[in-house]
Amino acid sequence: MSALEKSTDPTDTLDSNDGQIENNDDTQQYLTFLMDGEEYGVDILSVQEIRSWEQATSIPNVPDYVKGVINLRGTIVPIIDLRTRFGIVQEEYSRITVVIVLKIKTSKGERITGIVVDAVSDVYSLATENMRSPPDVSSHVNTDFIKGLINVKEKMVILLDLDKLLDIEKIQTKIEE
Amino acid sequence: MSIDLSQFHQVFFEECFEGLDVMENGLLELDLDDIDSELINSVFRAAHSIKGGSGTFGFSSVADFTHVLETLLDDIRSEKRTMDKQGVDLFLLSVDCLRQLLHQLHAKEEPDLDQANQLKLKFEAILAIGLDGEVAEVNDVTDVNKDDKLEVHDGIGYWEIIFKPHPEIVQTGNEPSRLLKQLAVMGELDVEANIENLPDFTALDPELLFVKWTLKLRTKENKGAISEIFEWVVDDSDITITWIDESVIQETITENPKDTADNITSIKENSENKVTKKVSKPKASVESQSIRVATDKVDSLINMVGELVITQSMLGQLGKDFSMERVHRLQEGLIQLEHNTRELQESVMRIRMLPISFSFNRFPRLVRDLSHTLNKKIDLKLSGENTELDKTVMEKIGDPMVHMVRNSLDHGIETPDVRKAAGKNETGTLTLSAYHQGGNIIIEINDDGAGLNTQKIKEKAIEKGLIKESDNLDDDKINDLIFQPGFSTADVISDVSGRGVGMDVVRRNITELSGTVEVKSVPGEGSTFKIRLPLTLAILDGQLVRVGKEIYILPLVSIVESILVDEEFVNNVGGGFEVLRLREEYIPIIKLYDVFGVEPDSRKLTDGLLVVVEGENKKVGFIVDELMEQQQVVIKSLEANFQKVDGVSGATILGDGTVAMILDVPGLIQLSGIQLISNLKAGNNAA
Amino acid sequence: MSSILAVDDSASMRQMVSFTLKGAGFDVTEANDGQQALDIAKTRSFDLVLSDVNMPVMDGITLVKNLRNLGDYKFTPILMLTTESAGDKKGEGKAAGATGWIVKPFNPDQLLKTIKRVLD
Repeated sequence: MSALEKSTDPTDTLDSNDGQIENNDDTQQYLTFLMDGEEYGVDILSVQEIRSWEQATSIPNVPDYVKGVINLRGTIVPIIDLRTRFGIVQEEYSRITVVIVLKIKTSKGERITGIVVDAVSDVYSLATENMRSPPDVSSHVNTDFIKGLINVKEKMVILLDLDKLLDIEKIQTKIEE
Repeated sequence: MSIDLSQFHQVFFEECFEGLDVMENGLLELDLDDIDSELINSVFRAAHSIKGGSGTFGFSSVADFTHVLETLLDDIRSEKRTMDKQGVDLFLLSVDCLRQLLHQLHAKEEPDLDQANQLKLKFEAILAIGLDGEVAEVNDVTDVNKDDKLEVHDGIGYWEIIFKPHPEIVQTGNEPSRLLKQLAVMGELDVEANIENLPDFTALDPELLFVKWTLKLRTKENKGAISEIFEWVVDDSDITITWIDESVIQETITENPKDTADNITSIKENSENKVTKKVSKPKASVESQSIRVATDKVDSLINMVGELVITQSMLGQLGKDFSMERVHRLQEGLIQLEHNTRELQESVMRIRMLPISFSFNRFPRLVRDLSHTLNKKIDLKLSGENTELDKTVMEKIGDPMVHMVRNSLDHGIETPDVRKAAGKNETGTLTLSAYHQGGNIIIEINDDGAGLNTQKIKEKAIEKGLIKESDNLDDDKINDLIFQPGFSTADVISDVSGRGVGMDVVRRNITELSGTVEVKSVPGEGSTFKIRLPLTLAILDGQLVRVGKEIYILPLVSIVESILVDEEFVNNVGGGFEVLRLREEYIPIIKLYDVFGVEPDSRKLTDGLLVVVEGENKKVGFIVDELMEQQQVVIKSLEANFQKVDGVSGATILGDGTVAMILDVPGLIQLSGIQLISNLKAGNNAA
Repeated sequence: MSSILAVDDSASMRQMVSFTLKGAGFDVTEANDGQQALDIAKTRSFDLVLSDVNMPVMDGITLVKNLRNLGDYKFTPILMLTTESAGDKKGEGKAAGATGWIVKPFNPDQLLKTIKRVLD
């Protein structure tokens, strides 16, 4: 569970990554996670909590990446499997499979959604000016959800646009097309 | 100190809307031949409060308009003027106008003042007629001569104030020493007390004051400022304020430039006497978010929490050193906890409950206005106004009820001549009643009109292809067809009803509230619409059912019965549907595992159970693997974080913390693709 | 801390008055009408009573008359919340035994200023 511990203490990781830190106004903190060997980042301000995977109650007649809903202290929260969402081969959920609970502002107000990812990786402070736009043709990830690409210690991190990724209305229409 | 007054706006608006309802209902109840003074008083008070509040909270347009209403109402309540029908109409129009203004202000829109200004002119015209021998202006008791008040002296000198309070002055709560302190703040004060009237100590009454003062005040303030300090005591004392000039220089009187009081110019607009009726619908976005709760409800809640805390500490104690010998105490504690929880739940629910009079109150006005338009004579009777109902249910049932009442007035109750010819009382009666029955509230709308024309409904239904000539339907089933989409049997499409929404929308709205609506009609005697609604939308009596690994919840009210399927009575009809012949009816079978795409224990009909449910007057059977326990569940929204899911009305959290879907019966019928307007009777062509 | 009994049938006015006075450090008790105020007044004493005039059940004028008949309230300052309209007669309030008045509409500052005339 080292990934979990790491993510709960962002200041610690800040120090360990000082090569990347620029403490000016343009930096934003990102929580990164791993999926199929790639590292993805989401705005840390949207992250509400990180939980281990638990069985969700399935919802009838929804796309297969919607794993169902869970009870998060009395609130019904949908869980989305990001692998399935991105069309990556589904793997058995393991001990380090986690659910990142996100709070996002959408066209219909604030929504809470959980995403299932392979493992949590790190927290970085990144200068958005160093962000590159995604290439037009991506190998297997739909570029619509990508805010940009950024290099961290010679690794590439894919920053996700959560509003687009989780705006369910839009997902549905996309599927129907 | 600056206080943000906008924090009180929500309460203020709610209060205003309540006040307007009070005014409207009072005006409608008013018997012009014998005016009830308490009724007029309550109307006056409501107007007065709206004026006071709107002035305080900065809504001057409302305050100005309400002022003229209030003035006239005050004259009426003090019997200086009389109230006639035109007056009532004018006041009612003003109530509408105020309501609109307040809705606009509440929604932070620019208020449309045209109508208010026109109505105001009408009121002013009435008020201008004047009262015989009455002085219109009430003189301000402190109003000393204006010029005198503004007297200011720059030269050398002082104000001499001779202040002789009446002995009883202290019994008004005014203390002379405080007045002196206030004067001292204004400048240099010289105080000389005169105790010549002071009686002997033995004769001294401590509740009376016998001292007089002569004060010398050197200040730049004018005479008005000084007399203002004495404004509360002028009636209880003799006061003279004089300027004592100590210089040889002629005193000068300066004009106070701030004098605006006399410069108020009344701007009379082009007094067009026509009052245009422009009542825009208030924006739906403004929904009241707060709820007023009677203190006794809160008190009972607090008591309950107290008991809960006791139980909790008892259980906590037990948990600290627990042994198997004490298991019975644990059980007792748990029973108590269950009891506490249920009581607490009921009390919390009661907070959301409001008497249905909130909803009924709009009808006297509606009936009054409509009977004018329709040239009918109608008496409205209300009963069970104190029956309580969940606030949300109440808000949502309003429009369907209005629609049904309009229908009854328009199509149900006949014109006076028709009624007379039929040997009935010329005045028709519309009765609205509410009562509790089980866990439901029943609302009935009854009229003593002509009743539904069953024959005409049948013809129309055949014409529309909803039923066949050969279908053997009883009158109730035929009458129920008026709830089908696009159904209107009215001879004339009038302005009142028959346009816009139909009864199908009424039924849909009620179904959305997990309620039902049915109609009973007797030709020539009238019809009754019976609405059955759950008391609350937050909690539901549920039946847990299992299909494979999934657990679903069926609303208990929709379940008719549960049976084992005998294959002998199952018929295959077109489109891959199976129906079960159950006594006299054919029940379409819906396989939940197909509709929801889950894996059941078995696909054999005879292995499962058929739960027969009724939704929107259609009976269907759901095949499930197992019938589990029944329990009350708290309804949670799926839409809050996700979206609406077809066939599911919401979700809930079960005892073990997992989530279960609550099934939406009408939605499932639609989802399954079964197209049936009503269950066909066995023995007909369907067999 | 001085205690004040605030009487008004309008919840918004009551809230505004109460909020303002509490903010200024007063101990405030609220009542919806004259009768309720009188019932409360019988159980404890206040340093000041602020009352609306037009109220259901018991109006402000009657309240003042009744309060003055209670031993504890013979000398207590009582201020009426009045309007300039004919409906609220200052004179009538005074005659009943009120100490003074505050004219509606008033803002929180005016309210506090007026109260300082009778309370420290």
